[in-house]
Parts: sequence; structure tokens; C-alpha cells
Amino acid sequence: MSVDAPVGDRGAGSVAGLDEVLAFRSAGKVFADGTEAVRDVSFSLRQGEFLAIVGPSGCGKSTLLRMASGLSPLTSGMVDRSVRNVGFVFQDATLLPWRTVQRNVELLAELDGLKRSQREALAAEAIRLVGLQGFEKHYPKALSGGMRMRASVARALTTKPPLFLLDEPFGALDEITRGALNEELIRLYVSQGFAAIFVTHSISEAVYLSSRVLVMTPRPGRIVAEVAVPFGYPRSPELRFDPRFSSIAGEVSQALRQGYE
Amino acid sequence: MTPAAIEPVELTMDSAPPRRQGRVKRLLIVLAPPLVTLGVFIGIAYLVSYVILSPDRRWLLPPPHDVVKNGLLNRQHLHDQLSALWDTAQVSLAGLAIAFVIGAAVALAMSQAKWVERSLYPYAVIVQVTPILAIVPLIATWFGYDFTARVVVCVLIAVFPIITNTLHGLLTVDTQLHDLFKLHGAGRIKRMLKLQIPHAIPDVFVGLRVSAGLSVIGAIVGEFFFRQGTPGLGRLLDLYRAYLQTDLMMSTLLFCCALGIASFLAVGLIGRQLTKHWYEEDNR
Repeated sequence: MSVDAPVGDRGAGSVAGLDEVLAFRSAGKVFADGTEAVRDVSFSLRQGEFLAIVGPSGCGKSTLLRMASGLSPLTSGMVDRSVRNVGFVFQDATLLPWRTVQRNVELLAELDGLKRSQREALAAEAIRLVGLQGFEKHYPKALSGGMRMRASVARALTTKPPLFLLDEPFGALDEITRGALNEELIRLYVSQGFAAIFVTHSISEAVYLSSRVLVMTPRPGRIVAEVAVPFGYPRSPELRFDPRFSSIAGEVSQALRQGYE
Repeated sequence: MTPAAIEPVELTMDSAPPRRQGRVKRLLIVLAPPLVTLGVFIGIAYLVSYVILSPDRRWLLPPPHDVVKNGLLNRQHLHDQLSALWDTAQVSLAGLAIAFVIGAAVALAMSQAKWVERSLYPYAVIVQVTPILAIVPLIATWFGYDFTARVVVCVLIAVFPIITNTLHGLLTVDTQLHDLFKLHGAGRIKRMLKLQIPHAIPDVFVGLRVSAGLSVIGAIVGEFFFRQGTPGLGRLLDLYRAYLQTDLMMSTLLFCCALGIASFLAVGLIGRQLTKHWYEEDNR
């Protein structure tokens, strides 16, 4: 598969809408075997905006992110992206088991051809940001699932991407670790100011993290609802017990159910 | 009363040396059953040798102490067997090394394109399933019956597990990792070097462990059937057979086993050393 997808990669600030980092315009994807994964998806993402996409399993959420990153060519419509550098965080930590945490976090800078001293400085900063100091020399197998995910986030942070694509990154973790990492992510979002698309099938996670939730239908994935989340940042975990939080979550849940009909 | 020292809490799992008592016990649990089995077999050998066989037919299954006395404690015989062991060890090691180079190269080529895999794989299977003895006469015709020919037999018999396991390792890299590398401009070569090859190392060693044993078999079987050239273990077995020296055949057999086991263990040890940090240790 080619890396050169028909994604409008025009350099910063040239997308139609003001300060948009990413725009889907009637984007669709039909796989070679005829499966239609995504149909007629349109939305845009502003600089520094946190968008969540919720949908049932197999609704094309991951495909959507691959389309956004340029990894998966579209079969119809357009994706405009004004930033070149994208931080991708996958469902699994996808660390290389033969590298220490330090060398894993350095990986992307290494692939980008940076010098050793630069790599080390970037990795040290990212490791500090996710709170993994002291574990630099550990191998992934010696880390817990949550710590592996932190290392994975650190790896993405080293390239200082203005746009993060997160594909159910905490889906495999237990509820407590997941909650802790959600707070960490909010903290990183507030301090680093990136834009993010966070794909999840957890309604509460989506509402807790984002300022806007898009709801998708089962395959072929379409967007059936857009729910605004009017809370400011930073957010505290107590927010989950706010009645307004519940009513927004209820709204998302209802939209999800409508998508099935 | 002295205040109890606060034990540092270990955050990781790669610590805590096993207590000695537990270690001895574990060793015993591992070693005792096979040793008992060995004892039973030695007992059966004595029983057959002294009770079932009449003295004039005792040479068919000489009692174990005769095997030790004539095969291992006799200077001349021990010397013959040790030099044969050295000869066979060289052949099997050279065969394994060449099989590794060829097998890894073929697997790398196959991993790059489906059509390469489709073109080569059937022949790899054919090499594997053709009885090696059926090819030996042809090999003798082409390469003679000494070192080169014997190594060729080893390579033929040992190459297949290396191809399949290496290929499996190269092709089972997580697609998410391929994606990540592609996002950062890594082409085929870079992904092969930094992602696929390191990922395949544990699988390569799975193949090598199987092939190490096979290569020893190849070396012995090859020379056994060449029936010419410098005497390795296979030739020696053939010679002793000709003189009906069953005790010496059996001691030579012990050397064959020892070579196979040593080869298998050495490869396993190297593999474990290389990848010991990679994976969760098995729960004991």
C-alpha cells in the first residue's frame, strides 16, 4: 500500500477554513474486497480542538483515522490536512520489545533522521511529560499495561505534533488505569495545546476528554450526530458526576442507538 | 529492639533472586524423573543381557558396564570416537551455518514479494519432504564423499525450518507498527532492518534449534551412507557394525546423542541470551 494518499498536504495554514488543521469533505472508503467502511463523512477540526469519535466496533473509526493520517487512501471525497506532522497512538502500545523505553521513545526522531543528541533530548522531555522518569532503561516487558501506553504516548510526543490521532488507546486497560491516563491526557492537552481526534467506544471517556463528540453508525460508518461538550479545560475527574455530564452522555448514547435503527 | 529495616519496594519484575532451597528443589523435580527412567532402562538392559540372552548371544546387547569399559574407558577406542566426534561436529556446524545463511536469505527474499514466496516455497517443501537418503547417491556423484558432500547433506536437511520460521517472524509484524514506520517515511529497506529483522529473531532461533538437531542427523546419516572418507561418527558406526562390536556401536551412539543435545542447547542458549529482555518469563 502506498503512503501517498490523496490527502491535501499543503503546508501549514493553507486549508480553506481559518485555523483548521483537518477537514473531511464527503470522504468515503470502499476496500478492495467491496466492503464499504466509511460513507460520506464530513467534519472539520480546529487548531487545538479535542474531538472524540464514538461508534460501535467495526464502524470504521480506525479507518477514519488512517484516512486522516494519509495511511489509507480515500475512494471518494477529500481530506484536507494543513499540518504535516501527525502523532498516531494506536490501540496497542506497539513498543518494540527489543528496545528500552528510552530507545523506544527515540524511535520516531530516529526515523526522521535527527541526530543522537537531539533524539535523546526530545525523548527525555517526552518521558518526563508522561511521568516515566526512572524507567528509561527498562524493557517494555517490565512495564505494566498503563506504563507501556505512557511510553507509547511519549513516543508520539517527541515529534511535537500539532495533531494527535488516538485510536482507542486506552481500550485494553483496566478502568482505574484508564481513568488515570485520561487525566494525564487532559493535562498534556492543556500544556501542549495540540489538536486531537480521540476514537473510542466509551461514551464517558469521549465526553470527559473532548469538546465535541461525533457519533458514528455501524458499517458503513456515517456520522449521525454531533454533540457539543461545553465544559472548559482543565477538567477534574469529579466532572463525571456532574448532572450536566450525565445528560450529555445520555444524548450521545441516544444518538448511538438511533444509529443502529 | 532494633528498628526493622524498610525493604526497598521493587517496581519491576526482573529482580528477586530465587532462594537456594527452592532452586535445589526445582532442579530435583526436573532431574529426578528422567534419572529414574534411565535407571529402569539400565535395569532392563542388564535383565536382557544376563537373563534373557544366552552367553554366546550376549554380544547382541552387551551389559551397560561393558559399553562403558570398552567404549569410554579404552584409550584407543575413546580416541577413535572423540576424533570422529570432532569431525562430525565440524561438518554439522558448517552445515548449520550455511543453512542459516541460505535459509535467512531465502526468507528475506520471500518476505519482500508474494510472487517470490510463491515461486520458491514449493521447492523448499520438496527439499524438505524428499528422503535425504534418496539424494545421497546424487550428492556423492557431484561432490564426492568428504567434507563438502557431507555439508551439502546437512544443509539440505536443515534449511527448511530456518526458512519457514524466519519467514513467519518477518511477516507477523503488527500492521500498526508498519503504519507507524510508514508515517515517518520508512521505506521497505528501513522497515526490514529496523522492524522486521529484529522482530524475527526469536522465530529464527526456533528454526535454528530444530535445524541444529537436524544438521547433526544429516552429518551422521550422510557419512554413514557415503561409506568413504574420513571417519566421523557415522562412518565409525558403520565400521563397528561390520565387526559386530555392539558395545562400541552403543558408545558411539552416546556421542551422537551428546553432539545433538549440545548443539540444540547451545543454539537455545544463544537465542535466550539475545532475547531475554523481550518477553515475559514463563510462570514457574
